[in-house]
Amino acid sequence: MPMDDRSKLLRRYVIDAMRGGGRGHLGSSMSMIEILRVLYDSVLKYDAKNPESTDRDRFVLSKGHGCLALYAILADKGFLPISELESFCRPTSRLGGHPERGKVPGVEASTGALGHGLPIAVGLALAMRLQKRSSRVFVLTGDGEINEGSNWEAGMAASKHKLSNLTVMVDYNKLQSYGKTSEVLDLEPLVDKFKSFGFVTHEVDGHDVAALEEIFKKLPFSDSAPSAIICHTIKGKGFPFAEGNPEWHHKSGMTETDIQQMYDCL
Amino acid sequence: MRKTALDCVYKLAKIDERVVFVGSDLGPGVLDKMKTEFPQRFFMEGVSEQYIVGMAAGLAMEGFIPYVNTIATFLTRRCYEQVAVDLCIHDLPVRLIANGGGGVYAPLGPTHLAIEDIAIMRALPNMAVVAPCDADEMNRLMMSTLEWPHPIYIRLGKGGDKIVSEEKNGFELGKLILMRSGTDGMFVTTGVMTQLALETAEVLKIDGVNVGVVHMHTIKPFDAAGVISAIENVKAVVTVEEHIVNGGLGSALLETCSDLRPELLPKIVRVGIPDKFATEYGSQNSLLKHWGITSDTLVGAMMKKLGG
Repeated sequence: MPMDDRSKLLRRYVIDAMRGGGRGHLGSSMSMIEILRVLYDSVLKYDAKNPESTDRDRFVLSKGHGCLALYAILADKGFLPISELESFCRPTSRLGGHPERGKVPGVEASTGALGHGLPIAVGLALAMRLQKRSSRVFVLTGDGEINEGSNWEAGMAASKHKLSNLTVMVDYNKLQSYGKTSEVLDLEPLVDKFKSFGFVTHEVDGHDVAALEEIFKKLPFSDSAPSAIICHTIKGKGFPFAEGNPEWHHKSGMTETDIQQMYDCL
Repeated sequence: MRKTALDCVYKLAKIDERVVFVGSDLGPGVLDKMKTEFPQRFFMEGVSEQYIVGMAAGLAMEGFIPYVNTIATFLTRRCYEQVAVDLCIHDLPVRLIANGGGGVYAPLGPTHLAIEDIAIMRALPNMAVVAPCDADEMNRLMMSTLEWPHPIYIRLGKGGDKIVSEEKNGFELGKLILMRSGTDGMFVTTGVMTQLALETAEVLKIDGVNVGVVHMHTIKPFDAAGVISAIENVKAVVTVEEHIVNGGLGSALLETCSDLRPELLPKIVRVGIPDKFATEYGSQNSLLKHWGITSDTLVGAMMKKLGG
């Protein structure tokens, strides 16, 4: 499926940041561009000018290494200036190699160490319920990330507490740092795993904007259970040399030639 | 001490709607009153310390004050990254109530003995580390925790301990209490070891040695000015802790003096748990003896430093 102009624009923002920092998790960010695009364009309730408004929906990027995509959408939505993207990873920048709460407007939790987002999100969802708020909580995990057992501890608890205000999305690009998830630590049958942990679970093409919008419209999938969406994606989506190539999980020491090669893809 | 701590959570929950309790598969009946009166703020979760610390962080991000309780080793070793990242990096007001500091769980072996908890909690920025000496002080500590804006690690003793703290001394987090003044030597202690030090000071008094006791219920933030003032004019200082000698109270005092008053260093000696895992079971008292933390060894350490 060809990318439209909006998906290309958001990817361009990611490259702007990578050019500024000379590094970044390209593959991990590009697989989640459309998920974030649809979330922020059509699903989440927020006010970029008042990022801490109490009635906002909470989005936790658990796979913090995908922060370039988050910074791109937050800049696009006005949480921060687009021109700030090029400060990525510089000494006094707000935009680090992993996102930090309190530094970056719109970032709910400091993540980077994996397996932290879902437990925190369960706490947030419980808080919303205790405070009788209609705000929803969304958390995006990586696929390699859910090797961490803490996700499954939290998953059992989300189900126990019947957190219908909680949605977990898995960016299932099938590649983790070393190689294929099927070889490093196979997650299959992933849908059945989430179902068995009590999540009402659906799958979607994580790059198909219309399909993502459609599936998000169906939330919550249940009034008495948490929801899970397995988003099938391509690591490095949009960049032929990076797609499905674990070498592009993270790049540092990038040259102008590398950067230009990336712009040329869009 | 544990019962007092949990009773206080209930009392705090009654006066402040921000208070929630999170347990990790504790014994039956724990905080039943809170469960009955405030069921929505009572969470008895599974054996899942990584999750419960993250969950507590999420609740705290939204304005709640979670009190999390389980055995100390599980609340420190098991979920250290969650404590560091979810609580300390975010600097959230979560309270960790840790059962069984030191040798409390002696019969259960080294998996259950929290011997290095103070050291690893104290290493984390934003974390406060507190070890009250008895149930009365636990009560004063707990009732003062609502407004502290950072995470707190609260180390519990066995329970049923002799009451040695006094109401008139109050409780202020980060401020030591001079339990007994002395002109020859000073014991610098924390947790229930303050009781042992007070007993030992009485023994020394019989021999004509005037030794005081400084109770540092808060190991972090460390009351540097207070402790220096208490020890600068005595001839010998013995730190006493039911904790491994590396990284605990004694280390904190040595670091402080090294930074601020290095001339005080030669008169300080540390008594604590040796740098090894326990190889015996028995009781807390038998383990303390095995570790060399007794009134006799305190007398010996003090007299040796005094040149006696």
